[in-house]
Amino acid sequence: MIAGWPTPAGEAYAVSFDRGRRHRLLVLPAWFDESNKLRHFTVEVMRRLDGAGVDGFLPDLPGCNESLAPLEDQTLDSWRAEAAEAAWHFSATHVLTIRAGAMIAPDSLPGWRYAPVAGNSQLRALLRARVLASREAGRDEDRERLLEEGRKNGLELAGYRLGAMMIDNLAAAELPAAGKQRDVAQGDIGGAGLWLRAEPDYDPRHADALAAIVAMELMA
Amino acid sequence: MSSQAAANDTDTVLRQVLQDVLGLSAERVAAFTPDTGLFGHLPELDSMAVAGLLTEVEDRLGIVIEDDEVDGEMLETYGALLAFVRAKRGA
Repeated sequence: MIAGWPTPAGEAYAVSFDRGRRHRLLVLPAWFDESNKLRHFTVEVMRRLDGAGVDGFLPDLPGCNESLAPLEDQTLDSWRAEAAEAAWHFSATHVLTIRAGAMIAPDSLPGWRYAPVAGNSQLRALLRARVLASREAGRDEDRERLLEEGRKNGLELAGYRLGAMMIDNLAAAELPAAGKQRDVAQGDIGGAGLWLRAEPDYDPRHADALAAIVAMELMA
Repeated sequence: MSSQAAANDTDTVLRQVLQDVLGLSAERVAAFTPDTGLFGHLPELDSMAVAGLLTEVEDRLGIVIEDDEVDGEMLETYGALLAFVRAKRGA
């Protein structure tokens, strides 16, 4: 279930459903605060796909979850490289990205992008949350100044210490073209996205719907 | 769309976003009055959730909310938030 795998930065972990089957799905998780809100959903999608005969691999992003790599040293390119490395290591045939995971999907793999969001939108929400929290604590900050500061010295956002390079990368990060991958909107799933929820929640119908879309198109 | 229809639409969208963010039933959100307390009254509505709420309102209504427009007063009650968003759409 939890597999260790070697990366250039040391051993990393992945949630793995590996029975050597024909379809092998690399799953790239949502980022930062959204990763917590969507982890249960993400693993449940994999569990359903496992039941439908699809292998799945959900690697930790460097600096996140169980990864020992310093988050502050990561960049969009280091995350992209890790995703490509994971695709190779696990011999992935397809990719499923969750939210901002779409930013680092290997171009070469066909697959799906669930409710994809650009790095710059994600950064905008994180900066806004930081400004609101600071104001509540009586500190006056604004997004422009924070961004400028972050580009020089890095920034702590929602408890994540991001390096200057990552801040700069995210500020410029538009959603790449879907290419070989197909976008699955929340509207195709039904209900409201779980990343919106103030308190983490889980709805099995969401996992059922996404797993069904992936399974049907894989088996077609 | 008449201005009355646009005003009602803003109310509907805002209630829907609050329902999605707070995970409340449609009935509970439909019962919100202008005096219903939001930020500071609902413990789950912390700064991260408010940031998500504002970003979602921006995306669904096609408006941009600046940091200096966001203050405790505008977020304190449902009526204040609705008035702010309506003014933003009218502007």
